[in-house]
Amino acid sequence: MTDTPAPPRTSPLHDRHEALGASFTDFGGWNMPVRYTSDLAEHHAVRRAAGLFDISHMAEFWVQGGRAGEFLDYVLAGRISTMKVGKAKYSMVLAESGGIVDDVIVYRTGEGYFLVIANASNRDAVATAFDDARATWSTAQAFLDGPLEGTDYAVTSGGAIPRVEDVTDQVALIALQGPKARGILSSTPGVDITGIALDDLGYYAWTDGTFEGAPLFVARTGYTGEDGYELLIPLAQAGALWDAVLAAGEPEGLVPCGLAARDTLRLEAGMPLYGHELSRDIVPAQAGLGRAVAGDKPAFIGKDGLSTVDADAPVLVGLVSEGRRAGRAGYAVLHGDDVVGEITSGALSPTLGHPVAMAFVAPAASTIGTELTIDVRGTRIPATVTALPFYRRNA
Amino acid sequence: MTDLTALSYTSEHEWIALDGDIATVGITDFAADKLGDVVFVELPGADSTVSAGDVCGEIESTKSVGELYAPLNGTVVEVNDAVVDDPSLVNAEPFDGGWLIKIRVEGDLPANLLDRAAYEELTA
Repeated sequence: MTDTPAPPRTSPLHDRHEALGASFTDFGGWNMPVRYTSDLAEHHAVRRAAGLFDISHMAEFWVQGGRAGEFLDYVLAGRISTMKVGKAKYSMVLAESGGIVDDVIVYRTGEGYFLVIANASNRDAVATAFDDARATWSTAQAFLDGPLEGTDYAVTSGGAIPRVEDVTDQVALIALQGPKARGILSSTPGVDITGIALDDLGYYAWTDGTFEGAPLFVARTGYTGEDGYELLIPLAQAGALWDAVLAAGEPEGLVPCGLAARDTLRLEAGMPLYGHELSRDIVPAQAGLGRAVAGDKPAFIGKDGLSTVDADAPVLVGLVSEGRRAGRAGYAVLHGDDVVGEITSGALSPTLGHPVAMAFVAPAASTIGTELTIDVRGTRIPATVTALPFYRRNA
Repeated sequence: MTDLTALSYTSEHEWIALDGDIATVGITDFAADKLGDVVFVELPGADSTVSAGDVCGEIESTKSVGELYAPLNGTVVEVNDAVVDDPSLVNAEPFDGGWLIKIRVEGDLPANLLDRAAYEELTA
């Protein structure tokens, strides 16, 4: 018996991408634009002006009702219950082992309402994690709360379990990124910001709006290292919003951008990509994400696993080289003649003009300034351990 | 503009323009599009000997690495320094300014070279 792989899904904006002449690639089971014209030109447009990305492949979950904040404290690595309404937070779903199941952004949209945006390739894994947590959380929370007066644990519930709804197929997600993003969104006809004004909206915060009467969720978040927004819009208005933003931004240098540019932008910004820097075999501290774990929470999935972490486990570093030859994912990293690690992402940085890479290396070889080499298909290329990110925008 | 029907092709997406015993070699627009923006090329040195089917260079884009296969047997007589200095020529003019090497052909041409129609069928 053979399994027939599911055909790749297409974005609600697929017709727009075809009309714009995009090349496509499979990403997380979705057939998405890899580039429209030139990935270098798209990369530079985001650094210098602005770029528009269709990221509708990403998965959206609404968590609502019950004790949603405390439930998410249990499901996710960070402390979610203390987030203020209107804010966003980077977090992770962990396995019991402490390994990373996915990295997510959580938006608190109300006292008992949260939006969790996950990676396309991990949509099922995150859904499963929510399901499993719904089955175990009530008991865990009951123990934390202690028995109600006059009862014992057997009859105590942890409280109402929130509903978790996967709404990925009902919305489109569009990222407008770059120094010109605010001006472009402000001038897009039909976009009306009804919550906090864009000029007052902080980084990692969101505001409400409408587009042609439809609800528009505007988050000041992104995955490029530039300022910008991620726009959540119902399917019916997605195409019109894409067209309107693109038209409003064209005089400012806005171009549609594909996944190739998105990858080099996030790499320069030192942002991890699941499947490269993050996996179930990596715990947050190895990837430099220890601060995103609220280890003092009384109970959360992965807590026990994290208590037994190997101090010799490889850690994520940045590597910079001279010349134009880049190390790529999977290439060995050496210290002297000893293999001390492996590259997870690498490219010739379009902004910096020299090769950059992220790699997991032994802790002894991870000090900033350490001189290492990369085995580039048989040739040793010198590389220096450097602090991440490689690129930081001028605030 | 190069007459694409006058060129020979390989299944590894090289093109060959033969003039006497000198073969000019590049990669096709199809290959350049698949790679994305080319940012680095490594080519064999002048006077080096190449054998049909062997890897003789590399073409790197921001996203990936492509290998350059020698399409025939011979000796490299000229390397396109312009494309080494500006690898984007591979994308901009794959059949013209983006040529890679010139080879003095030795012996018979490989029997498996494709004409334009066969190559278009391959990449359809």
